[in-house]
Amino acid sequence: MTVLDIDMGDRRHTDREYENELAQVRERILLMGARVEEMMTASRKCFVERDADLARATIRNDSQIDTLEVEIDELCLQVLARRQPVASDLRFITATLKLVTDLERIGDLCVNMCERVSELCEDPTYPTQGPIPRIGEVAQAMLHDALDAFVAGDATKAEQVVDRDNVVDAYYAQLFPELVAHMMSDPTVVFRSTRILSIGKYIERIADHATNIGELVVFMVRGLDVRHTGPASNNPQA
Amino acid sequence: MNMDFSTSLSKTAAQKNPDDSAPTTREPRTASEPAKLESVDQGAAPSPEVASRPRWDEVSVSQVTPKMRAEELHASFGSSEVIKGISLPIAEKLVTAIIGPSGCGKSTFLRCLNRMHEVVSGATTKGKVLLDKQDIYDRDVDPVRVRGRVGMVFQKPNPFPTMSIRDNVLAGLRLNGVKLKDPDGQVEKALRAVALWDEVKDGLAKAGTSLSGGQQQRLCIARALALEPEVLLMDEPCSALDPIATARVEELIHELRETYTIVIVTHNMQQAARVANFTAFFYLGQLVEYNRTQVIFTRPQEQRTEDYITGRFG
Repeated sequence: MTVLDIDMGDRRHTDREYENELAQVRERILLMGARVEEMMTASRKCFVERDADLARATIRNDSQIDTLEVEIDELCLQVLARRQPVASDLRFITATLKLVTDLERIGDLCVNMCERVSELCEDPTYPTQGPIPRIGEVAQAMLHDALDAFVAGDATKAEQVVDRDNVVDAYYAQLFPELVAHMMSDPTVVFRSTRILSIGKYIERIADHATNIGELVVFMVRGLDVRHTGPASNNPQA
Repeated sequence: MNMDFSTSLSKTAAQKNPDDSAPTTREPRTASEPAKLESVDQGAAPSPEVASRPRWDEVSVSQVTPKMRAEELHASFGSSEVIKGISLPIAEKLVTAIIGPSGCGKSTFLRCLNRMHEVVSGATTKGKVLLDKQDIYDRDVDPVRVRGRVGMVFQKPNPFPTMSIRDNVLAGLRLNGVKLKDPDGQVEKALRAVALWDEVKDGLAKAGTSLSGGQQQRLCIARALALEPEVLLMDEPCSALDPIATARVEELIHELRETYTIVIVTHNMQQAARVANFTAFFYLGQLVEYNRTQVIFTRPQEQRTEDYITGRFG
């Protein structure tokens, strides 16, 4: 994906240099988004396949995300200081400043997942995978769609991401009793079960961050703050 | 001051970390309405505790108490129409900024608000401009009285070159035939109002042109204020000033807002964003959008406004 894929409605700034600066911010965000998606894919894979090597390699990749976060923050700071953006540009820059924090946190949660997988790989089996593969799939799709909505400036798609957070919450609610039942029937799986539960929690948090990104996209596109207002499908469009 | 500054304009009257067992609930999801950043036409209602005059950032477009109002105003130079039917309220004791590209008619509109437009040969107007509900273009209205109530400050500081600082302040009063009872007091009052008194009090006899550009502009504002106008029109008042002088004038605008209704025309959009409560965007002689300044600069409703303020124009 390149910066040219972003739908700007063919509305370019008269000042090419300014246009380039904003394009650079978009480009870095897309790169960061792609790296975070890769980390998430790898984290899910190392859990399902019990691949400790992949888990360790994924943990090392987090530094790239951190570097991009700092870079994007600096670029936004420069645009704010030198260009005093307004209207859609202002919303884009302020949304970006928040979005990088969500992406960086997703990266950290992937690291946490991989750490738990490494610990679990020291034992022969998982007590259960429960709904974790499915939660991971939904959360990753949410992240992917939130980033797509950002690129396309598609508020409707972003709202659909916000609505799917409930699906993840429902899956996570299933995981807890299932693991409690395992722990009660076999005390030897308590340690491993808590690790599985933590992984479920991390994924559920990732979905929350994807939801944040969806809300930021709605704000960026429509200038409408939909945070803390309930499922997006309940909200009238701007 | 012995001049009657009553509101009448007529010539006859002028003699006046979460639990792992449950999903993280980001927030209760019960509300059915989105929290709009800014309701476009429905700003936050003032709380009951607020004094009779709501805080400026709580006044919405629909709550504006207009001191002036243009109604279907047209203005032309000969056969060339530059204002094409603009209707716009000017909120009382607040700052209204008019922005737009060169030639959009913003300065002409400003000059229509105190009948300065008509002093140009061949210039005509059609429509109404109400000042306290009275049309300033009514036949029996004296334009000189209008200009006494609606003062103007121009782009380039223009103190009278042969006059002292003191005489510059009093010039407007003298030209209007006002008998000066306490000229020293009036000079001090006007210079204090523009925060120039302490800088010039020991040299009031010096030429107005001996001051710096920023001081000259504040002197011109003092000259306008000496007439005790109700409305102050400012046509790019800072375009010839450096950033520090600009900041002083902007600070002054914030203070003057307490007493005067202010309309400012500016090419500098950051300035409009900084000083104005309401902003109007003009394009090709028409009003494209009028709203609270914070709405205009965060989520304008019109694509043309968006394109202009973000620099995507043309």
